[in-house]
Amino acid sequence: MSVDLSQFIPSFLEESFEGLELMESSLLNLEQGDDETINSIFRAAHSIKGGAGTFGFEHVTEFTHLVETLLDEMRDGRREIQPNDVELLLVSVDCMRMMIEAIRDEGDYEQSKIDDTYKLLEIALNQNNDTSTPTESPDDSKDKQSSNATWIIEFIPEHHLVQTGNDPILLFNALADLGEVTANANCKELPAITDIDPEELYLSWELTLKSSWATEQDIKEVFEWVEDECQLIIRQDSKLAQDGEVKQEVEQQREEVSTVATSFEENKTPSIDVNEADKEPASAKSSKAKSEGGSIRVGVDKVDSLINLVGELVITQSMLSELGNDFNISKLERLTSGLEQLLQNTKELQESVMRIRMLPISFAFNRFPRLIHDLSKKTGKDIELVLKGEQTELDKTVMEQISDPLVHLVRNAVDHGIEPSDVRVANGKPKKGTIILDAYHQGGSIVIEIRDDGGGINREAVYRKAVEKGIIDESTTLSDSQVFELIFEPGFSTAKEISDISGRGVGMDVVKRNIQALGGRIQVESEPNVGSTFRVNLPLTLAILDGQLVRVGNETYIIPLITIVESLQVKPELINRVSGDMVLYRLREDNVPVIPIFKLFSLSAEHESVENSLLVVVEAEGLKVGLMVDDLLAQQQVVIKSLKDNYHDVDGISGATILGDGSVAMILDVPGIIQMAIGRKMQIGVRQMMSSIEGVEA
Amino acid sequence: MTKILVVDDSNSIRDMVSFTLKGAGYETVEAKDGKEGLNTAQTGTFDLVISDVNMPNMDGITLCQELRKLPAFKFTPILMLTTESSGDMKMRGKSAGATGWLVKPFNPEKLLATIKRVVP
Amino acid sequence: MDIQTLAAEIPDADQTVIEEIDFISNGKQFLMFNLGKELYAVDILCVEEIRSWEEPTKIPNAPSYVKGVINIRGLIVPIIDFRLKFDVCAAEYIDSTVVMVLTIETDEATKTMGFVVDAVSDVIDVQDDDIRADAGFVGSIPQENVQGLVNVNERVVTLLNVPALQHVDV
Repeated sequence: MSVDLSQFIPSFLEESFEGLELMESSLLNLEQGDDETINSIFRAAHSIKGGAGTFGFEHVTEFTHLVETLLDEMRDGRREIQPNDVELLLVSVDCMRMMIEAIRDEGDYEQSKIDDTYKLLEIALNQNNDTSTPTESPDDSKDKQSSNATWIIEFIPEHHLVQTGNDPILLFNALADLGEVTANANCKELPAITDIDPEELYLSWELTLKSSWATEQDIKEVFEWVEDECQLIIRQDSKLAQDGEVKQEVEQQREEVSTVATSFEENKTPSIDVNEADKEPASAKSSKAKSEGGSIRVGVDKVDSLINLVGELVITQSMLSELGNDFNISKLERLTSGLEQLLQNTKELQESVMRIRMLPISFAFNRFPRLIHDLSKKTGKDIELVLKGEQTELDKTVMEQISDPLVHLVRNAVDHGIEPSDVRVANGKPKKGTIILDAYHQGGSIVIEIRDDGGGINREAVYRKAVEKGIIDESTTLSDSQVFELIFEPGFSTAKEISDISGRGVGMDVVKRNIQALGGRIQVESEPNVGSTFRVNLPLTLAILDGQLVRVGNETYIIPLITIVESLQVKPELINRVSGDMVLYRLREDNVPVIPIFKLFSLSAEHESVENSLLVVVEAEGLKVGLMVDDLLAQQQVVIKSLKDNYHDVDGISGATILGDGSVAMILDVPGIIQMAIGRKMQIGVRQMMSSIEGVEA
Repeated sequence: MTKILVVDDSNSIRDMVSFTLKGAGYETVEAKDGKEGLNTAQTGTFDLVISDVNMPNMDGITLCQELRKLPAFKFTPILMLTTESSGDMKMRGKSAGATGWLVKPFNPEKLLATIKRVVP
Repeated sequence: MDIQTLAAEIPDADQTVIEEIDFISNGKQFLMFNLGKELYAVDILCVEEIRSWEEPTKIPNAPSYVKGVINIRGLIVPIIDFRLKFDVCAAEYIDSTVVMVLTIETDEATKTMGFVVDAVSDVIDVQDDDIRADAGFVGSIPQENVQGLVNVNERVVTLLNVPALQHVDV
């Protein structure tokens, strides 16, 4: 029988990644004598090795074996837990991850790194004088020398053999797979009937095996599990050549044994058909488990709650259809309450389904302890990482896509935020810097904060740099927050020289773009000598959006709630017209450029002058703008549909949705609209204008 | 039908062993560690127990010792899944009452062939 | 008419079957539609459904022939007015105006789009041999969108090349 195991490879890979994560986080917290932690690391390595071997990933098995041996020595106390070893194990975890990722992506990996680490592991193991590498599984390649021979096997089991669950009959059956078997029982030791202990075995056997191919090793293997509990003498006898009727004899034996060991269950004939011709190990190549797409493991509770909800939905549905059978006006109240219930069911069902895609953010946070560990070493800065709100859930896709921007922000905090120890001490701060990663829900979105207690953003340096790079004009006056926003401008980097840590060619502008691509936004706050906070605001999911429905002319548009700062009725005295077409609206301290949507989208609107319309103030690209609309309608959750499937992308529109009445409504792409309205190059101009106005009025 | 209890903390190994056994016509019940295995064992009768050695909560050796204390498992074959084929591991298994061991990595054919030594 | 003559007129069972197979493998069915006074046709296998005209949701700054999008069973489907796109005739939206929803399948992607036409009429059977190359004169419809011409009675019908319509919205 051929069993194709490749279908289990994705689950093996998933499990391996979890195991590697556990190894990594445990290694980072490893302390002397912490047996349980060491044990769990060992177990993870052990499982990976076992799985890899089973699926034929020899390179992983071989490598992991060394890791496991090292861990085993630590576990047994034969080896002290030294920082060097922990470091080596961390690097080994990286190597294993690299190899397993290569399996997943059917890609290549850096063989030289594996080889180097492998050597280091070997050296480390040899240092520990009495290292005895556990012997690998016995070579099961059969010595196929044809020897058409008759074997005589004397099998004298100890009396307690059956107490370990072994059954001589089954052993003989297995032996019969090698050739023809004849068995002769010896009852010499059988005591008087009154002295028989039903749990003991008193018989011994002389077996004859006729086989054209079996070797002594094959025979020994059958008795492998009982070799310590019996006398086993195997010898070859070419003279003996009986035509034994194996089955019959074995049947006879069976009866005999049954009477001796009374608790044996009724034996059934085994029906296992092993196809010898098909012994190829399960090939791994057919597996396709790319990092995207993948599967989600869902807790049983989530599935159960879904099933419950579907149950309720079915009840509501049958209630409603019964009501519809002979409806009259007197049943109106029941219909209303039925529909109410349907609404409730649908809502809960939707939430439940969305929750399936939700994972705790700890999946994204998990990599940071290691990152901080490595960065601390590299920079020589002493840094403590605090993780908060790790159980906050967000959509799997959002999580996957926010991971890299977060890494960049944390690198940035280490590199530019936290000062070197001596500077910190000189400034009266604790020697050890702290970086806090905090996640929490706020309304329909998730907020991730990266806080450091470092030196804060150097306002002067940022300003000078921006002038130098031509991003702003020297005469420009900017508020603190406007200056901080400059670090997100393309081509901006305050590091004096590109450092190995955060200057890897990706700037904060990329971070910001990625976050915006997810429909989120990023803000920064900073105070000299106290530290900086980067606040990332993200939608909980990409599939559903909390929207404000607005009307412009005859069209209904949806503005993502996450971008909305406030909505207001225009007060004519707060309108400023500047440089021709541009309209600014005074909103407390800010001057907000007004964007007439009808004009931008070439529509006609009910109110085409600012004075009579409503403004929805939104924020994106670090700018606040007021969108001119005719009316504010409901707020509701909408399912996002792509326009691209059957059409193509449209400027200023991020997608469409289907409203309750079946009609389509467009979702506004706020950053896109701002770009359309003022153009990329004009942005800074507007900023300057805004600040100069501020300057004049202040 | 021959009923087999499979105890392993690794999902993929457990799935795979189960899959192989089911494919060969055995009935299987799974448990994710020794503790769960022991609890599950008490809910019915089994013709064979296959257990990993290294597991959280309760390891395979302890599971084996505990099972042997139960009357229903006095003679039940218990096979340990191990990557270590060292004599030491076998001795520990034997002294705990294990029937035999399966050395990982195993292939499905080998698994089916070897368990024939202990289950009908 | 005696029984003999009748029998002679009934075709052989075998023959009929062969003719049927012949017909299916060589010919195709096309759905004919009107743009103003002109006749066009598309492969009927590409036609998803025919809907009556309803005002779609406008797409900002779209060209005049892109009328907007509608919801067809949860799909967002763009509506293109053939008459405006191909500049065939004036575009009126009256009760008889219909939208022909086509599935446009190419190697790149499968798109669903709706096309506004004045009316749909008959289904015609077209043998491959009947299709003539474009007469060579340059009409208002780009060459790549035309599969060929076919004569139906005394009228000439332009067969549209459906896969080539996939970029008709730009």
